Amino acid sequence: MSDARPPVFRARGIEKVYRMGEVEVRALRGVDVDLYEGELVVLLGPSGSGKSTLLNILGGLDAPSAGTVSWRDHDLATRDDRLLTRYRRDHVGFVFQFYNLVPSLTARENVALAAEISEHPLRPEEALERVGLGDRLDHFPAQLSGGEQQRVAIARAVVKRPDVLLCDEPTGALDAATGRLVLEVLDRVNREVGTTTVLITHNASIADMADRVIALSDGRIVRERVNATKKRPAELSW
Amino acid sequence: MRALERKLLRDLRGLAVQAAAIAVLVACAVAMFVGSVATWRALARSQARYYETHRFAQVFAEARRVPEPVRQRLAAIPGVATLETRATGAATVRVPGSDEPASARVLSLPPDGAHLNVPYVRAGRTLAPGAADEALVSEGFAGANRLAPGDVLDLVVNGRRQRVRIAGIAISPEVVYAIRPGDVFPDDRHYGILWLPREALAAALDLEGAFDEVSLTLAPGAREEAVVAAVDRVLTPYGGLGAYGRDEQVSHRFLTDEISQLKTMAAVLPAIFLGVAAFLVSLVMSRLVATQRQQLGMLKAVGYSSAEIGLHYVELVVLVAGAGACLGAIGGAAMGQGLARTYADFYKLPVLVFEGDAAVVAIGAALAVGGAVAGALGAVLRAVRLPPAEAMRPAAPPSYRRAAIERLGPVRLVSPGARMVLRDLSRRPVRALLSALGLALAIGILVVARFAGDAMDLMFTRVMGEAQRQDATVTFTHTLTDAAATELRALPGVRRVEPFRAVPATLRSGHLRHRTPLLGVDVDAALTRLVDADGAVVPVPPGGVVLSKKLAELLALRPGDALDAEVLEGRRPVLRLRVAATVEDYLGVQATVARPYLAAALGEGALASGAHLALDPRALPALQAELRARPNVASVTLRAATVAAFRALIAEFLGIYLGVVAGLALAIAAGVVYSSARVTYSERERELATLRVIGFTRGEAWRIVAGEIALHVAAAVPAGWLVALAFVVYTAGAASTDLYRLPTTIARPTFATAALVVAGGSALVTLVARRWIRRLDLVEVLKSRE
Ligand SMILES: Nc1ncnc2c1ncn2[C@@H]1O[C@H](COP(=O)(O)OP(=O)(O)OP(=O)(O)O)[C@@H](O)[C@H]1O
Ligand SMILES: [Mg+2]
Repeated sequence: MSDARPPVFRARGIEKVYRMGEVEVRALRGVDVDLYEGELVVLLGPSGSGKSTLLNILGGLDAPSAGTVSWRDHDLATRDDRLLTRYRRDHVGFVFQFYNLVPSLTARENVALAAEISEHPLRPEEALERVGLGDRLDHFPAQLSGGEQQRVAIARAVVKRPDVLLCDEPTGALDAATGRLVLEVLDRVNREVGTTTVLITHNASIADMADRVIALSDGRIVRERVNATKKRPAELSW
Repeated sequence: MRALERKLLRDLRGLAVQAAAIAVLVACAVAMFVGSVATWRALARSQARYYETHRFAQVFAEARRVPEPVRQRLAAIPGVATLETRATGAATVRVPGSDEPASARVLSLPPDGAHLNVPYVRAGRTLAPGAADEALVSEGFAGANRLAPGDVLDLVVNGRRQRVRIAGIAISPEVVYAIRPGDVFPDDRHYGILWLPREALAAALDLEGAFDEVSLTLAPGAREEAVVAAVDRVLTPYGGLGAYGRDEQVSHRFLTDEISQLKTMAAVLPAIFLGVAAFLVSLVMSRLVATQRQQLGMLKAVGYSSAEIGLHYVELVVLVAGAGACLGAIGGAAMGQGLARTYADFYKLPVLVFEGDAAVVAIGAALAVGGAVAGALGAVLRAVRLPPAEAMRPAAPPSYRRAAIERLGPVRLVSPGARMVLRDLSRRPVRALLSALGLALAIGILVVARFAGDAMDLMFTRVMGEAQRQDATVTFTHTLTDAAATELRALPGVRRVEPFRAVPATLRSGHLRHRTPLLGVDVDAALTRLVDADGAVVPVPPGGVVLSKKLAELLALRPGDALDAEVLEGRRPVLRLRVAATVEDYLGVQATVARPYLAAALGEGALASGAHLALDPRALPALQAELRARPNVASVTLRAATVAAFRALIAEFLGIYLGVVAGLALAIAAGVVYSSARVTYSERERELATLRVIGFTRGEAWRIVAGEIALHVAAAVPAGWLVALAFVVYTAGAASTDLYRLPTTIARPTFATAALVVAGGSALVTLVARRWIRRLDLVEVLKSRE
């Protein structure tokens, strides 16, 4: 896409080393990447290639062991928890591979949890309607199916109207129909609001809805592809 | 309401029973603290108020016979505010309808009423001016002997018979504790205080125009020592026994000591309880936070700051601990009021100043809540410090290895469940250790709550059973020759007579001093002996002095050191004595020497101040009649009466407090046992669900939990005994005074009971755990990731 514009995310030489006693796991081994405003990027790669690690660093959930990474003027390589919290709070929406809902709160309350700390949130009900759960507002996570829980998680991510939406295998546990529904929500937010979106998936066909596809392997970017035309989620072959 | 607050309330509801257990724990500890401190402060205030309203003197002096005009010289001493003289003596009292001899201290009252040590008349009226045959009787004595105003008493004062009519029943700040000189316990039935008109009493005592006691108050800013020294200079020529301040006045010392004892208890026991409660709350809370680690990571990911998340958990703790603290404060205040009233009655304090002690409540609550928050905060901080990405992952499983014990042959045969428990033990030893420590603390608390009772029993056995075996003790009005003393042997039923000599003295070592009589006993005395803490009899050496260990401590002396004994009677010699040995006794403090040694040092012959007797109980009535008839017998103390007084003291006084303490300890132990088991279960909940899914039966899953709890209990019992011992040593040390010490020996049944209560409680909760497992929702637990 528009490489002429300045990137919003800028990562240079990021490495991540997990140390477990004697053993060192090098999850990222020097990743350089730029992401642009409004882009929908799909991260592909085999299990253990470092996708989640990269996403977590972009989302300010984890700091790289080496290298620089920033979002606009936010330094994301910092270890200052306050700065990272501010960044997450004001700009990022997460959808986790595992839904991470609070079991003691209803769907509406789980979404409100995020809405309450952002400046210009949607109404939680509205966010839930967008993911097709307008009739499940007062259900507890235990009373929802896996896909429904995932959609609550997406509602929780978009309710803040984030600048960045980071999704780690949002459809991993879902059937085709529900998966499409979830992707449609993400696609719509990306198109209508212009939210920069990064999406991890194992499903290569989903890559067709992206502006750009980045493939990781063994902690390195091994391939990068720009889609000339983005497909709508409905058009994806599952 | 914000979603985070909702989560708080829902979490709280989910944890209802556990939260209740914690709240109870906190409530008990706070109640204990507030109740004890409030009681102590109420008594201290009441004492002060009583002293003030009834003008308790500050300096006291006794002499043999001082002409009244000397009073002017005393009053002129700089620093003396008010001064009053009086005549005092000992009397034997015949109570109508009783054959037992009673003795009394008789005190004169000025014709215009007392200005110092003012008797507080509780019934009847004060003495009528000019009435020579009226008396006020101390309330304890009147109560124990059912005396009322209008009753008539026969007295023998100074060998003269006298009949008085009771005008009123009174108490006085100087005899809050009416204890016969030389006794350790009040014996209201056989010892009392009588107030008689000055004129009449002086005549009976041959003290017309003279006095033998003076008491005074100090002007603001006056130095007590200076006044004491000045009074001594004036009175020494008249046989002055040495002036002293309130801190050596017997009643004041006993009362103050009791109150400070209570203060110690109010500091030590609640400190232990609060500490234990805070520790346990923090333990439970930190484990709770640990189980919420993922939610915590998610909250961070969404953008909540560490502070907001920390606050969220702190609120949870504050709500639970705060509810407990409120409950405890209310209960504690009620308990304090009840206890203070009981004690005020016991001491016959006419005023009870119980003020709502907001500060005490605040401190107790702050301590409990603070402790709980501090504990939970540690866990929260540890959790929020993790990068959220990591927090959302389950804690890295510690590397699994075969437990060392597993490699020992036979353990291989145990079930997979048992192996899981063993492996967990070796990979998470701290967790198991903390659980065991919690239970150990519960055992410690149970033991320490019962320890004072045990200690009293042991003290009683040592003192009454082994050290002081005489059936009766007779004191003489004057020192008698040995011949006169041994002549008691001829009285009906007397089997053995052991004379003793007591000389008032101040012991000095360097700048340290302590006023205590030098006690001369026979080297072969069998009725009264010096018995050490371990029960061994310490022989009285032919030369040198044996000190109570506490006295040696107070004077910083060790065996082999020398001390000076300023004798306060006769020619007032200063004796230099070598400390031959110390004896760890429990009641009072004593300086014991061989009687011949004392006689030689004083340059006197074989003299006796009194004698201990062994009796044939059948001859007691006849003996009592004989003794009463002897003019030189000042008082008779019967062993039976002392035993009864001691028992009453324990039952009435300590019993109530200790009962309350034991109840609270039990509640705390219950809270600990429940929380500990529940936490152990919660930590395994997911694992158990997985096992159930794999095909483990409920029984098999339950056995894992039961096995783990059993392991904790097994470790907790010996540890608990050690903890208990530490608590007991600490408590006994803090409660040790020169009036009495608590032995640090704990009765075996107390140990056993405490261990059984905790083990039994744990067994009960383990049975309840069957229900938890039955209710385990397999699907739900596995649906969300850990
Ligand atoms: N906390 C950790 N400690 C140690 N190693 C870790 C940790 N988290 C991730 N790793 C390792 O880092 C590597 C990259 O992990 P990451 O989660 O980024 O993989 P991924 O590409 O998301 O895989 P998947 O598609 O299976 O989710 C893996 O080898 C993983 O084992
Ligand atoms: Mg991943």
